[in-house]
Amino acid sequence: MSTFATQFLKQARVMAGDLRHRQIIRTALGNYGIARDKGKTSFQDWEGARQLAAETKWEAVNHLDQYLEEFVAKIEARRTKVHWASTSEQAREIILQIVRDKNARSIIKSKAMTAEEIHLNDALEAAGLNVVENDLGEFIVQLRHETPYHIVFPSMHLTRGEISELFQRELGSAPTDDPQELTMIARRVLRKKFLTADIGITGANFAIAETGMISITENEGNARLTAALPKTMITLLGIEKVLPKLEDLALFLPMLATMGTGQALTCYNTMYGGPRQPGESDGPEEWHIVLLDNHRTELLADAEQRDALHCIRCGACLNVCPIFRNVGGHTYGTTYSGPIGSVITPHLRGLQDWKHLSNASTLCGACTETCPVKIDLHHHLLQNRRNASATQPAFFERLAYQIFGSITNRPALWAIAKKLGRWGQPLQNLVKGSALDPAKAWTRTRELPPLANESFKDWWRNRK
Amino acid sequence: MNERENISGRIREALKAPAHQPASHDPAPTPATASTPRQWLPKVSESVDEQLALFAQNAAALKANFQMFHMAEDLRQALVRLSEAEGWQRVAGHSGDLTNVLCPALNLPLLRTDQAYDFHELEQCDAGISECDALIAQTGTVLVTSRSAGGRALSVLPPHHVVLARRNQLVADLPAAFELLNRKYACNYPSMISFITGPSRTGDIERILVLGAHGPKRLTILCLQD
Repeated sequence: MSTFATQFLKQARVMAGDLRHRQIIRTALGNYGIARDKGKTSFQDWEGARQLAAETKWEAVNHLDQYLEEFVAKIEARRTKVHWASTSEQAREIILQIVRDKNARSIIKSKAMTAEEIHLNDALEAAGLNVVENDLGEFIVQLRHETPYHIVFPSMHLTRGEISELFQRELGSAPTDDPQELTMIARRVLRKKFLTADIGITGANFAIAETGMISITENEGNARLTAALPKTMITLLGIEKVLPKLEDLALFLPMLATMGTGQALTCYNTMYGGPRQPGESDGPEEWHIVLLDNHRTELLADAEQRDALHCIRCGACLNVCPIFRNVGGHTYGTTYSGPIGSVITPHLRGLQDWKHLSNASTLCGACTETCPVKIDLHHHLLQNRRNASATQPAFFERLAYQIFGSITNRPALWAIAKKLGRWGQPLQNLVKGSALDPAKAWTRTRELPPLANESFKDWWRNRK
Repeated sequence: MNERENISGRIREALKAPAHQPASHDPAPTPATASTPRQWLPKVSESVDEQLALFAQNAAALKANFQMFHMAEDLRQALVRLSEAEGWQRVAGHSGDLTNVLCPALNLPLLRTDQAYDFHELEQCDAGISECDALIAQTGTVLVTSRSAGGRALSVLPPHHVVLARRNQLVADLPAAFELLNRKYACNYPSMISFITGPSRTGDIERILVLGAHGPKRLTILCLQD
């Protein structure tokens, strides 16, 4: 078992028994669920919208070469510098080089999962730079030296009391249990950072091929300020984010909001097509877009699972997943958690190291059912299981199934096995879950049904 | 340039294997192919009065302050009352049909953000007054661009964003807003287009709604019926 798998199992066991954690998540997601369902019913036909969204993403991803070319040509024509990074090392190096060229000291960053993916903050801090997250949830987890708990709600695992203590310790603020007051403390601290930052770093939710724009969805206005005040702006963009046309956003913006937060539309949906243009009074003088591959082309090459690149990172599959809701976001040990994270992490970071995530599923299909772009999530988990065992079969599992197969194919052996099982089960109960139990991994947390006294075949033969 | 070729090459290679089209799992598939977003999105009436009522209803739900005026004079007075109620000392704005007529009525120092300005000064302003490109009934959204609404920062840096609009700027839905952008700017888009839906907000602390996370705590939309 990989160390990642051991770590996952250990952490999952702890979290699954943590009733306080479960209560926090249940409360946070309860209101979300109500708002999301209400939002879906306000559509004339939610299923029609999903189908069109899936088809639009299919078109974009299956012609990615053309749409990416078009996007780059359009945006370069608007004085934007486009960089290409095959790996996360290359992306970090490109960004560090821009920072060095600009002699920048202070950097503000609006929420970007791509930046989490390449561990950008660590690299910037190691180079002696001051980088501050300005989305409130991201700011909170940064102060705690944690990774985001959830791709949309980074600090959903924390209570206001914990956040107040954190602010007292890290910012020297007065104690308060008022979310309004806590938000204003962060606003005051971060406003100063906005006004003095040399560089602003953002992610993007969509890139538009037709017009050469990116689109950023947010509620707080932090991305708006990041793209307005610093002299240099850097956007880290996954290559799969491209949509063909500007008007496609008329569908994707409300769908993202409905599934992401339960809003009809988030507060700010902003399209950027270049740095400050001639005749404009503000905005960055320079804009750099870093296009990130980081194994996305490998996922693209897997035609069976290519639709995983349709993902718009709304987090809806996390919110409905019984595994995510019980083990929590940090247990995964990945940038992307929940069903979509379990599907794509083996592609991004190695199948054998992360195949255990394919088993972190009840295969209930709630993720597939909720996904606004119709990614076949739970079947992809099964495909990852298949691929993992095909490339590296588990020796004991294979041996066990061979023995089982040879017994079931021999009636005499099977008859003996049945008798042994019936006698053995009461004995197994004595050691159940202990070190002596050969089936410990299974029986520690589960009950086996008692074997019947008589098999169906015996009953049939002996009936009067 | 090298990585560009590498990545493009890998994409072209990957796409040689075709992927299945998204299949509908419904017994009667929804005929989405070649459909447009409008037929799936929340329904909006064709009646302008109902669209206006919908915008007002959405704005109220978003905790934005939306008011209609029949006369420019009434709108001017409302703006002055707002200024007095909040004790504005200094405001920011840009040149436009409505702003040019209405902002001088405030009798306050005005920072123009549609020409070179210092954003530290904008930060000191009590309100940012801008025009807009459209009001969107479907979602209660104000559509602004860097060209029509005084740059990128005016609508997001001051604590109160006041939008001056005309009733004929109201459009029904999001597709109509994108059609309008296309008509107005297709040959040369502004560098920023922003759909503003209510005042800045966050739910990052226990999913409890707080207004004014980083952007304006208040959004006021004063609309002239012409």
